[in-house]
Order: sequence, then C-alpha cells, then structure tokens
Amino acid sequence: MKAKTSKKVLMSGNEAMAEAAIKANCFFYAGYPITPQNEIPSYMAKRMHDEGRVFIQAESEIAAINMVFGASACGVRVLTSSSSPGVSLKQEGISYMAGAELPAVIINVMRGGPGLGNIASAQSDYFQSTRGGGHGDYFTPCFAPYSPEEAARLVMLGFDLADFYRTPVLVLADAIIGQMMEAVEFPKESGFTKKLPPKTWALTGKSGRTANIVKSFFLKEGGLEVHNEHLRKKWQKIKENEQRSDTHKTNDAKYLIIAYGSEARIALEAIDILRAKKVKVGLFRPISLWPYPEKNLKTISKKIRKVFVVEQSLGQMVEDVHLSIPEKEIHFLGKTGGGIPKAHEIAKFIEKHAK
Amino acid sequence: MTSSFEVNINKDKCKGCQLCIFFCPAKHLKLSSDLNKKGVKYVAKKEASKCSGCGFCFLICPDYCIEIYESENI
Amino acid sequence: MPNKTRPASLKNISTHYCSGCGHGILHRLVAEVIDEMKLSEKTIGVAPVGCAVVAYDYWDFDVCEAAHGRALAVATGIKRCRPQNVVFTYQGDGDLVSIGLAETFHTANRGENLTCIFINNACYGMTGGQMAPTTLVGQPTATTPWGRNPKSGEGWPVKLSEILATLSGVAFAVRSTISSPREVIKTREYIKKAFSNQIENKGFSIIEVLSPCPTIWQKSPINAMKWIDEEMVKTFPLGVIKDK
Repeated sequence: MKAKTSKKVLMSGNEAMAEAAIKANCFFYAGYPITPQNEIPSYMAKRMHDEGRVFIQAESEIAAINMVFGASACGVRVLTSSSSPGVSLKQEGISYMAGAELPAVIINVMRGGPGLGNIASAQSDYFQSTRGGGHGDYFTPCFAPYSPEEAARLVMLGFDLADFYRTPVLVLADAIIGQMMEAVEFPKESGFTKKLPPKTWALTGKSGRTANIVKSFFLKEGGLEVHNEHLRKKWQKIKENEQRSDTHKTNDAKYLIIAYGSEARIALEAIDILRAKKVKVGLFRPISLWPYPEKNLKTISKKIRKVFVVEQSLGQMVEDVHLSIPEKEIHFLGKTGGGIPKAHEIAKFIEKHAK
Repeated sequence: MTSSFEVNINKDKCKGCQLCIFFCPAKHLKLSSDLNKKGVKYVAKKEASKCSGCGFCFLICPDYCIEIYESENI
Repeated sequence: MPNKTRPASLKNISTHYCSGCGHGILHRLVAEVIDEMKLSEKTIGVAPVGCAVVAYDYWDFDVCEAAHGRALAVATGIKRCRPQNVVFTYQGDGDLVSIGLAETFHTANRGENLTCIFINNACYGMTGGQMAPTTLVGQPTATTPWGRNPKSGEGWPVKLSEILATLSGVAFAVRSTISSPREVIKTREYIKKAFSNQIENKGFSIIEVLSPCPTIWQKSPINAMKWIDEEMVKTFPLGVIKDK
C-alpha cells in the first residue's frame, strides 16, 4: 500500500521564502549575514549548489545588491535578502535597479531600529519600503506576509511581478514571520496570470542584435524627465492592478482593525476576545503595502464606525490609512523597539475607544 | 615594390591636443591656421613631407580623427 | 602593416572628453582588442561612475552601468551568470580605490574570472580635480590646494595593483601607461593578455594604466604625457607585477 504523503512541510518563514525562490527558478542569490534572516543564505547556499545555480556570500550588503544588479542585467531571476540595517545599505542599489528597470526580489526580515536597534520583531521599515527607500522618484511594489506559507507565495508572486513590470519587488516580513515554524504547502503557480514579456533588453553579448545598454543615467536635457514619466506610468499601472488585501469577519463589523504581517495574526486573537464580548470587530489586512490596498479599504470601511490601526512601530502605515479613508475616525496603537501589541492589549484599546 | 601611406584626417573630430604632431617622427603633421567645427585649430598634413606609415599619430590620437591607409606601388 | 583605422567596436562619434584625455586612447585599445579577438558578440563591459560614465555611448557592444565603486560587484553578478561571456570593468582611481575598495579587494580575492581596466590619473576628473587615493605626494588638487601632504592626514598614494597582487585570486597585475605610442602598444598587449587570461579561466586580471588628465593637471596634453614619464612613474613604477 502506498503511504499517504502530505504536501505540507514544516518550515520557518525564512526557509519557506528561500525554497519559494528555488521553486520560482531564481538563478542568482547574493547576501550578507544579518539576524534575523540568516536561515535564508544558509538555505540558499545548499539548495543553489544542488540546483547548479549561483550563490555568493558577498563582502557587504552593498556588494550583494550590486551583484544582484549585474545578474539581473543578464536576464536571470535574482534574489537578495537582509534585515533592516542591511536593507538600508542596499537602498543605493535598489534605487539604481528601479531606475534601470531591473527585476529582482528583495526580502527584508525586519528587526528593530533606528541604528543597530535590536534583533526583535519590528515593523518600522514601512516608510522606507513604501516610499522608494533610496534617492530619486520611484516606488517598489512591497508585499507583507502573515505566515510562512504566505511568505512563500508572495516570493513566487514577487518574481513574476518583477519580471512583468521590470521592477525590484520587496517582500517585507518581520522577525516573527521569518523565525516562526509552520506547515507550508507550496503552490504550483504564483497566481500571477499575465504573460511575462521576453527579456530582450538583457545583456548576453550582442550576438544577432544591436548592443544593449542597462543604465539609469540620462544626462541629456529632458532625458531623465522622459524616463521618469515612463516610470510614473508604470507605477500607476501597478497601483491600479496590484493592490492586495485580506479580510476577516468584516461582514457585520462596526469596528475595523487594520494590521499587517505578524501583527495581523495577533489581531485575529484580539477579534476572538472581542467577539466573545459581542463587540463586532473585523480585520482588514493589507498584503500589498505599496500599492496600498486603498480600493478595498474604502469599500470595506463603508459601514465601519471606527478604525483601529495596530503596528509594531510608532505609527507608519497609519498614515496610509488616513490617506485612504480620511473621513473615518482612526485610532492608533503601536509599540516599538521589540514591543509587540498583544491580543489582550488590542482588545482593551478597542473596548476603550469603541464606547 | 614600395609602399606609400595615406593619412586621413577627420578635422572636425580633432580637439587640437597636438599629441600626434609631437610624436610624429617624420614631422609630417602641423596645426592648421583656421578653426574646425569644434572651434579649435586642428591637425593637418604638411604638403612637402612624407608619411612613413609608423602609425604613431593613430596610436596616440585620443579622438579617432586619424586613419592611415597603405597602398602598394609596384 | 595593416591599415590603422577605427575599430568596429568603437562608434563613429566624437567623445565628450577633454583635449588630450587618455580615455579616448583607452576606449580605442579596448575596442581594438575585442575586435582582434573576435569578442564583440561575447563581451559585456561595465562602465563606471566618473568621466567614463557614458563609455557605453562610444563602445558598440553590451555594456552595463554600475553605481560609483560597485562595478566589480556588478561584473561578478554578470560573469557568474554568464561564464561564457567576456566581462570587464573600466574604472578610475576614485571608483576602484576609494569608494569601491571593498568591492575591488574582494572581487580580486575571490579570483573572479574577469578583467579590470584601471585608469589611474591621480585625481577626480569629473568632479573638478579633488584628491584621489592615487594623488601624488605634493600634488595640488581642489581639496589639497597646497599639495597632498601625508603629514596633514591626507595619506599616501595607494599602490592598488601591488596590493591586489598579494591575493591568491589574482592571476595578472600590471601597470602601464599611454604616455607615448610605444607605451600605447604595450598597454594594448596587456589588455589582450588579460582578456586571454579570462578565456583561459585564469582568474582576476588588473591592468592599471597611468593616464593623462591635462585639464585637472593644468598642463598641455604634451606636458601631461611628460609628467607621467617624469613624475608619476616614480610613485607608480611600470611593468608586470604578477603573472601567474
């Protein structure tokens, strides 16, 4: 008799994201050690070798992102990962990649800041991740998983989206998501259905074609304006097409919690506590942080009386909530520096303001 | 069989650095008296002298204004 | 003797470089070697930040931009994904020796199988002639107006090629110049050797070229060449440093 095998694998979020990159045919990985994402380079070192692909432990995050720049310019799928201070170092390269329209997936397993901060979970890189992050006029699509399995799915989606729009894509996990272990079932497809264009721009040697140039430099008067307007159209298209979010118990809700990543899981428990007390509360969970899922939020919040934004930060995403539903009464609960708003704290906060 | 060499000068590419004039062992090159499109005095051939085909001017020219062609006289 | 004409890998346009600048000669030498070795369809160049930032406007083969100092990291990414291609970087002293020193050192130390063409003109040309890591002792620059003085904390000229030659990953390190037709021919041969090394999987090759910057040096193009021969070579001696 054939043994029944489960498709589910017990994995940490970090390992799940790394394996997802392997499954998405990522050909090149470069990274530098930093906690709490170290399981990603360790996993990739072994698996990329097994698959005959390229793994490099770079001398710094700056070198890693620039290696990724070069590899992406050749047309292969590329990944780098880091955590908050390391991602700050990568911002130069991310800006160049946005300017040169190079696809890449960049994983940030967030830790506390500013500065060296600590290695506890945090959501304090929201501004950096959703407002470009480096110098210049640009955005990068940014997805925030709330489970190892979703992290895997979003990495796979990220590769397709990056290739389709020719842009770096961020997967913004927090330390809890990176470190927690859970059963993960990998999807066969990313769920991205648009046909990916051939990479005719890639540097492969000019055999059979004219020379290709990969660059973000437009010195001629008016040249950069034309290029940036082209980028603006791309960002607009992404804004229209790639907003993603999830909801929980919002059908009859009068009160709405908005939280992402690990904080959204904690909010689920708060909802159970409050529902037991007959407080009609639901969850709106942004999956895409940029573009912010404002269309869905507007729709969901129509019958909502009060909104409660909960973050592991001093208040970053809350600004996008204000921009999306300015007419609503919005309350913010945030903890910083490794502090995590707990379920009973969220419940207490909502009970206080719901009266 | 002897060879003769033709020096072709694209005067409008010349930036007037004079490196070719300095290094030409045959002293075949000179600076023009008029200006080219860039607004500089450009390199020109002296009429009375002969190019030996050494290629020094081609080698040292940073602006690709000099090309040398060989023709065989039988 | 073959005709001496513009190589096909060099576009038929005028460069933006100053009169007497060494970049023009070096762009041509790279293009000549690529054509001679029939590599124009296999080559991927990496252009720096500095005066040669738009080298891709002059070369007619695939070229990638790199952020300031990061060309060798970019080249590493390219070469690892496409070992069948010939990959080189073209970088100045500020790019390679100052801001990009970590990338330079570690790319060489990994023995990446690629070619680095290092243009040493002892100054930052593009930004107006500031002190470079290779500025000579006593040489006045925009940021060392009384001449570079190690005793004032301005450091000594960095001999990068000698430093890299100590690394096991480096196959070939050489310093040359383009201060005369004879030296131009030598430099061309070194570039050719470095590309051959890459085809033979020998590892990292660096060709450091002492190159004139008449504008910043405030010398005529001819006197700039003389200054290389008379002054620069005292600090930066010419010749093969390592040939493994």
